[in-house]
Amino acid sequence: MLIFFSIIILSLIFPGIIVRTKSVLSGRKGPSIVQPIYDLIKLFRKGTVYSITTSWIFRFAPVLYFSSAILAALILPIGNKSGIISFEGDFIFFIYLLGLSKFFLIIAALDTGSAFEGMGSSREALYSMLVEPAFFILLASFALLSGNSSFEGLFNTLTFDTSIALFIGILAAYTLFHIALLENSRLPYDDPKTHLELTMIHEVMVLDYSGFDLALIQWTGHIKFVLYSLLVSNFFLKPEMNLGLQFLIFFATTVLFAISVGFIESFRARHKLRNNNKAIVILTSIAILVFFGSLLVLKKLF
Amino acid sequence: MLLLLIVCFSALYFIFPKKLLSFFNLFLFVLLFSISSYFSIENLFFGKSISFESSIGFWGKNIVLKIDKLSSYFILIINFTGIVSAIYSIRYLEMYKNKSRIELSLHYFSFFVLYWSMIVLTLVQNTIAFLVIWELMSLSSFILVMFESEKKLTSRAGINYFIQMHLAVILLMIGFITVNFYTGGWTLSDLNIYFAEHKNIGLFLILFAGFGFKSGFMPFHTWLPHAHPAAPSHVSALMSGVMIKMGIYGILRVVFSLQQDLLLIGIIILLISIISGISGVSMAIVQHNLKRLLAYHSIENIGIIGIGIGTGLIGLATENQTLAALGFTGGLLHVLNHSLFKSLLFFSAGSVYQRTHLMNIDSMGGLIKKMPVTAFIFLIAALSICGLPPFNGFVSEFLIYNGFVIGIIKSDLLIKLLFLFALLGLAAIGGMAVFCFTKAFGIVFLGNPRSKEVEHANEVSTLSLIPQFLSLALILLIGFAPGLVVNPIYNIITENSENLKETIFPSTESLNSISLAVGMLVIITVLVFLIKKLSFKGKTVSETITWGCAYSGEAPKTQYTASSYAENYIHGMENGLGIETTYNPIKTREYFPQKRHYHSHNRSFYEVKVFSPIKNRMSKVFEKLAIIQTGQTQHYILYPFILIIVMIILTVLNFI
Repeated sequence: MLIFFSIIILSLIFPGIIVRTKSVLSGRKGPSIVQPIYDLIKLFRKGTVYSITTSWIFRFAPVLYFSSAILAALILPIGNKSGIISFEGDFIFFIYLLGLSKFFLIIAALDTGSAFEGMGSSREALYSMLVEPAFFILLASFALLSGNSSFEGLFNTLTFDTSIALFIGILAAYTLFHIALLENSRLPYDDPKTHLELTMIHEVMVLDYSGFDLALIQWTGHIKFVLYSLLVSNFFLKPEMNLGLQFLIFFATTVLFAISVGFIESFRARHKLRNNNKAIVILTSIAILVFFGSLLVLKKLF
Repeated sequence: MLLLLIVCFSALYFIFPKKLLSFFNLFLFVLLFSISSYFSIENLFFGKSISFESSIGFWGKNIVLKIDKLSSYFILIINFTGIVSAIYSIRYLEMYKNKSRIELSLHYFSFFVLYWSMIVLTLVQNTIAFLVIWELMSLSSFILVMFESEKKLTSRAGINYFIQMHLAVILLMIGFITVNFYTGGWTLSDLNIYFAEHKNIGLFLILFAGFGFKSGFMPFHTWLPHAHPAAPSHVSALMSGVMIKMGIYGILRVVFSLQQDLLLIGIIILLISIISGISGVSMAIVQHNLKRLLAYHSIENIGIIGIGIGTGLIGLATENQTLAALGFTGGLLHVLNHSLFKSLLFFSAGSVYQRTHLMNIDSMGGLIKKMPVTAFIFLIAALSICGLPPFNGFVSEFLIYNGFVIGIIKSDLLIKLLFLFALLGLAAIGGMAVFCFTKAFGIVFLGNPRSKEVEHANEVSTLSLIPQFLSLALILLIGFAPGLVVNPIYNIITENSENLKETIFPSTESLNSISLAVGMLVIITVLVFLIKKLSFKGKTVSETITWGCAYSGEAPKTQYTASSYAENYIHGMENGLGIETTYNPIKTREYFPQKRHYHSHNRSFYEVKVFSPIKNRMSKVFEKLAIIQTGQTQHYILYPFILIIVMIILTVLNFI
């Protein structure tokens, strides 16, 4: 339960850190770190406007989007403490759960009958289709390294002590970081701050949402970010560390994660939309590299 | 004997009046359903084996019908899909008012023949009888596909199907004759003897190709995307739901008789299946015809089933029991799952067709308001075919994925890499299926209506919805309580495989945890939903038109269509997918553009590059052979005469 609550709390300040980093880097003072919490509260208290074209799908999708992220948060372990639900192959369930939530968000966007939202959903569907193999292979490589197929076992026995192993860890962290950027539609894949509907991906899908629903969707995005950073921090947690230290590392990784997102958003332009496909496929190849690295570590290759 | 009686009974189809036909059909289905289900449940759950010899002599021997766990399993699948399609057909066929009584009688008759021939197929042990029944199955389904034979496309699809099925039969015949040649036996168990003494790979490939035609593995799939859209929906449901699985049944029988070369054969099946899966779904994305899209998904799902079987075989070959158990169980469970959600998809596509007379996705839209129940059913089926939790498709894919992980952890380098590739493939298939079904559901059911036909649509009758709810219930049952169904399925495998005897299914615990997890998902969702409802109290919830950057006219026309949705995906792959577009681009100096049309369609790469050349070559050869067909009676009398003379000469010369 402790992990769960820390994920929720971190998810609330995560976007604040990103915004703060960006404003500091561009020489502004910027809003307070807790500003996103106020934003969410404001949205939660507002009324809602629905499009007349929409059906129950549109109203139901944000709820499922949120609840599956919550369930996903319950699956992830921290260090040697397993998640509330943990079984052999739970990472497959994890990926497919996120897939389910995405499916609903995509059809909810199509539910509005808007050209822009159709555009966004087509892009989102394509990118999540392209990125899925990368995530699978990454986790399969950890399964190979650790000889386990549940999240708990995966990270429990995972240590990056040799130089190759460390290298693998860094590659894997890089890939996961990019998957997180993509799944949350940040630069360089998508620009959440763009003002032109034609170039948006995620933002354009939720154009018609307002009030409570919008708050749910935004919050889910933040939770997903923290989920990925928890995954990354798990690489570097060792079972023998005590719980406090583990949480400290988790917090530190998440903050670092947010700061690096801020950095990237300050200094990088986004990819051309057409180039996104290639960039995402590259993630899969890096994941395959991680797989071969794992074979190397296990001395199976040579 | 009872079976024979029912078969004879079915001749009555031609006597009944038009109105009662459908109910008579249902009556026969129920009759056969109850008998065969009784035997299969007895066998599958209580372990009673029943075998009986019929009194019909055949090739000097009596035909033996034997029921074992594998056949019971398939019979149950056939029965369920059979009965729901029979119920569904009652209202569906009312649409064809201009069909005469005899046409309908023939249709129902073949529908019933298809049904019982599949059941008998799983029971017969004699290979020749197997081929005869197989042929009956193909012929009856051919007649069913040809129901609307006045349409040119339908008759072409039918003939195409007819020819390809006969290629398949020839291959199977060659296979069975080879077995007979070496062992002297005409039963399926002689396969065992043959495989014990000879090289396995050759015969396997022949039989695999033969069965592969039926089930639609990649190089043999070209009949599928034509036949399914041409056939009426209840027929497509039965054909795609179970008939193509008879190929899988055959492959499984062969696979369980194999004695050597297991690894090689496993790898071959795995690779072919991955290719089928990926190419099936990637072709599905670019389709505009709803039923053709579903047909391509059948190829994909056959691929997934094959991936399971291949994984299982590799597990057997490397003596990794967990891997074998997971692979086979995943594959077999997917047979059941696919029969459930694919028949549902075809039913709901049929309902849409019934009410709108449209098959082109791009002219639909907004149907969720007109046909809410059908939309809901299609959505659930779409979610399960994408393998998303908490529905049944996820369970079988989960088992297969788990197998891959086990395979990656515990095997040699080569197999590890193979499973890496398989993992890549299955993940890609999953992602593409999501892409395809968000498109299909979103464009067909959501948004604004794109044509007049849609605006006048309404929900189909309750009688058509009842069978769909039955399938839905099973989908949910498997999705929420996978632990219940997996053990009986695993028993089928332990019965058929020596190496797995006395083992228990390795992954029951995970499946129970999945039940828990999906249960929690439902609870959390309901909670959040309630909170949302509560929070709406005292707030203004209003409705307005969709945000279109302040543009509010022509909403239906500006919507994304199936073509534009897939455009991102197609970009750069036009050649690989065989997309052909005709469009006259606007010239730079054309200040007042003329009205113009954009048209795109796709032709399967295999059809254009592989199948058509062979087909053309063959028809040329046959044209030359047609010289002997002069149309003069004298000549035709001459031919047997020449034959007799040749035979006499050969006998005299001691050649015969």
